Amino acid sequence: MTMNRETFINCILGLALVIVPLIALGMDEPFIITLATKVAIFAMAGVGLNLVLGYGGLVSFGHAAFFGIGGYAAGILASHALNYEPIMTWPFEIEGTTQMIIIWIVALLASAIIALAIGAITLRTSGVYFIMITLAFAQMIYYFAISWPAYGGEDGLSIYVRNGFPGLNTLDPISYFALCAVMLGLAIAFSAVLIRSRFGLALQGARQNSQRMTAVGIAPFRIRLVAFVISAMITALAGALYADLNRFVSPSMMSWHMSGEIMVFVILGGVGRLFGPLAGAGLYIILEHLLGGVWEFWQLPLGVLLLIVVLFARGGLVGVLAGERKHV
Amino acid sequence: MFTLFLEQLLNGLQSGVMLFLMASGLTLVFGVMGLINLAHGSLYMVGAFACAAVAAWTGSFWLGLMASLMAAAIAGALVEILIIRRLYNRDHLDQVLATFALILIFSEGTRWIFGSFPLFLSVPEFLTGTVVMPGDFQYPLFRLAIIIAGFAVAAGLFLLIGKTRLGIRIRAGEADRGMIAALGVDIDRLYTIVFALGAALAGLAGAFVGTTQSVQVGMGEPVLILAFVVIVIGGIGSIKGALIGSLLVGFTDTMGRFLLPHAFATFLDPASATAIGSALASMLIYIVMALVLFLRPSGLFGTEA
Amino acid sequence: MKGIKTTIAAVAALLVAGAAQADPVKVGMITTLSGGGASLGIDARDGFMLAVKQANNPDLEVVIEDDQRKPDVAVQLADKMIQQEKVDVLTGIIWSNLAMAVVPSAVAQEKFYLSVNAAPSQLAGKGCNANYFSVSYQNDNLHEAAGGYASSAGYENAFILAPNYPAGKDSLAGFKRFFFGDIAGEVYTKLGQTDYAAEIAEIRASGADSVFFFLPGGMGIAFMKQYAQSGVDIPLIGPAFSMDQGILGAVGDAALGVKNTSNWSKDIDNATNKAFVESFVAEYDRLPSLYASYGFDTANLLLSAMGKANVNDKEAFRDALRAADFNSVRGKFVFGPNQHPIQDIYVREVVKEGDVLTNKIVGVALKDHADAYASECSM
Repeated sequence: MTMNRETFINCILGLALVIVPLIALGMDEPFIITLATKVAIFAMAGVGLNLVLGYGGLVSFGHAAFFGIGGYAAGILASHALNYEPIMTWPFEIEGTTQMIIIWIVALLASAIIALAIGAITLRTSGVYFIMITLAFAQMIYYFAISWPAYGGEDGLSIYVRNGFPGLNTLDPISYFALCAVMLGLAIAFSAVLIRSRFGLALQGARQNSQRMTAVGIAPFRIRLVAFVISAMITALAGALYADLNRFVSPSMMSWHMSGEIMVFVILGGVGRLFGPLAGAGLYIILEHLLGGVWEFWQLPLGVLLLIVVLFARGGLVGVLAGERKHV
Repeated sequence: MFTLFLEQLLNGLQSGVMLFLMASGLTLVFGVMGLINLAHGSLYMVGAFACAAVAAWTGSFWLGLMASLMAAAIAGALVEILIIRRLYNRDHLDQVLATFALILIFSEGTRWIFGSFPLFLSVPEFLTGTVVMPGDFQYPLFRLAIIIAGFAVAAGLFLLIGKTRLGIRIRAGEADRGMIAALGVDIDRLYTIVFALGAALAGLAGAFVGTTQSVQVGMGEPVLILAFVVIVIGGIGSIKGALIGSLLVGFTDTMGRFLLPHAFATFLDPASATAIGSALASMLIYIVMALVLFLRPSGLFGTEA
Repeated sequence: MKGIKTTIAAVAALLVAGAAQADPVKVGMITTLSGGGASLGIDARDGFMLAVKQANNPDLEVVIEDDQRKPDVAVQLADKMIQQEKVDVLTGIIWSNLAMAVVPSAVAQEKFYLSVNAAPSQLAGKGCNANYFSVSYQNDNLHEAAGGYASSAGYENAFILAPNYPAGKDSLAGFKRFFFGDIAGEVYTKLGQTDYAAEIAEIRASGADSVFFFLPGGMGIAFMKQYAQSGVDIPLIGPAFSMDQGILGAVGDAALGVKNTSNWSKDIDNATNKAFVESFVAEYDRLPSLYASYGFDTANLLLSAMGKANVNDKEAFRDALRAADFNSVRGKFVFGPNQHPIQDIYVREVVKEGDVLTNKIVGVALKDHADAYASECSM
């Protein structure tokens, strides 16, 4: 059985993500494990975005909003649990929690509801209008989070102890990394299944020729809306993991810079490639880590490197390595 | 209260006119070349820094203003020739990534050259002070001058596009990119000129705004987002849309900040009225933008779907 | 017999004292060195490193990292400092939101944190911690002093404004705590706002006799320039941040005459301060700012503790820090019960010395001022 070149590269990327932290563990370099966890989480946020951006052709410039909603789900639930204050007492009492699984469910539900509302409005537009209207909604949520005093406003919210997962010591860096890596693997596997399903084909069809889809009786709007909601949910889950990595959540998770960064991970790695976000997030964080220690103006060479990639490495990292054009 | 209301209207107008200088360049570049330029805010910053540096060196604000136009135009032309030119045939995503990289390069490069401390730039001597306006309130002379200069630039831009050969080519480029090449227009040169023109407008805005605000690294980013809001509301590629959009955003933002806290104070205690009113005011332009796009998915004057 | 016992005890004490001098101290400095807010972090770092250089103590090692003013990056750097660099002491954070992200977990892991600037109320009251020391102030202090000054200067009707975020709300609350006149208007601006025409128009119409504003960084520069251009001549009062040495040059003459409250000024009359200002200028070729003075004091506090106790004896080192036995550029320096300084806060006026804008002390706003949260701290 011969292996497709992209599959081979994907295996290498996956292996690298697992092996690097293990080596770091052996060499007692816990910060490298933290960085690898960050890569896994950002990659997962990118996997979410890639679903609409890569396969659906919908450039959302507002995914940081969902990333932040996931983060706040973790922060708010944990802070209520740690302070023994119920979230609401009427009509029935809801307590906070420090169980990741419940937090994730809340993050998924909250982001789904908000994405449904935002998507229903924004998907009426297309092209640059879509880019900007998604940004507009993210900015609204961002400013709301800054000025809403209940959960810290701009100061953000600390989670003093990382939330728990059954059978796992989440405070141990390598265990938490393993959890995040597994979640990333699941997200990628889910994407892979989804894009090969009838739904995924319809989504890609809607990108390539939306009139034809309408002609064969598939409404592109509904397909896109569902994709947008799923995409937001994956990114929100990554946000919940990120909040727990930092034991802290703040509105900066929702800033337009964050939206831009998630987008950069996807484009850098390769749009519409399953492992593209992992390659992109990995490269970006390695560069940030290496350059940041060397020079005060490290963002200058980072910019130059990004520019070189976009000019000469078309199709992103995975695209160049795999050596084949994906789509126009 | 009525004179205060008048004054705030004028403030809204001034902020709208300033936004127009930024937004017109952005929308022009998008309309003609189909390019999303996130680095437009960096050109605005280049203008402000050039003006501040030259004004400090020569002591003349006017030389500074010239320098801002030239520095931004040259930076724009260089960027177009070296980088942007390779991106016209790419999709928007590559453009977003490349111009995002340009932001990093411009910001840190500026900080490298000028240091991390904000620079000084002030209003020229004869434009300081205030004038008494009809309705009997004082208004800063310089803000009045900005309004007039902004409208003059707008008028010049409409003339340029409506009446000159360059304008005809620009309009042709907006209508059909393939066609003008076939007509024998040197398309590379046209694109460089349009990009430099947009950059110069941004640089000019940077110099004006730098006199009333802080000339510092990163100053272009908030205004970039606003300019994008403006061109999306107005309809991308439309100069007229950019003008209407700018004024709409300028008025909405200023009047929202002014009126919302007062409105909430009629039924809330003052502290929460101020807090809620200001929170809502900071979201207001985005709400307006969402509303406009909900009703008209390609903006007020947009043509493409 | 008794004699021998005493001798052994004395030798043991000598050995312990010897060890105290020998154990090296590793400091992790997390501060903002890139992007828009970099000038503050650079000043704090330069002030800190100036003291380190002057002390020339081979047992002190400093690791510096750039937080980019992002809370998540700051948290990850703190993890790195603690897990990998194995630092004993953390310092350097400028912004309150970053401090809130880093400090609670760092002090819970038994690291000392010495604040060179940010000192949010949460860490001064219920959330106070024996390992957390604020060398600068408590966030509300300078705003309270502005309120105190406004009252004593006879102002009766103040218009107050600050950005709409927690530090802004704390600021207006702090001002009102010590201002006994009326409030002519209270405005929260958008964080990062650059045009203040609307607010200035309201100030003009409000009939206030004084204006208190807290607008850090570029916001303050924009506000003061526009205020001067507007022709409104109601006197401005603010905390020192907007009249700090690093940005006065960018504000220009628009800042002349503005009264501001500060716990440090370059003309505080003591030998340490004089030497600090001179050596800072000699080293970096610019005047020191508030943040540079906090950095300098922080390093000297740390060095004084290193001379008295072993950093691995947490209890003794904590006591040595608490004693604050060092020469501060502010003159006397005393920690209150929540380990925030009890200090004089001055009123300064922006003046011109030759071509250079700077500040001159014109009075004392509050004497021996402690913060409002100390009573909530159970330590």
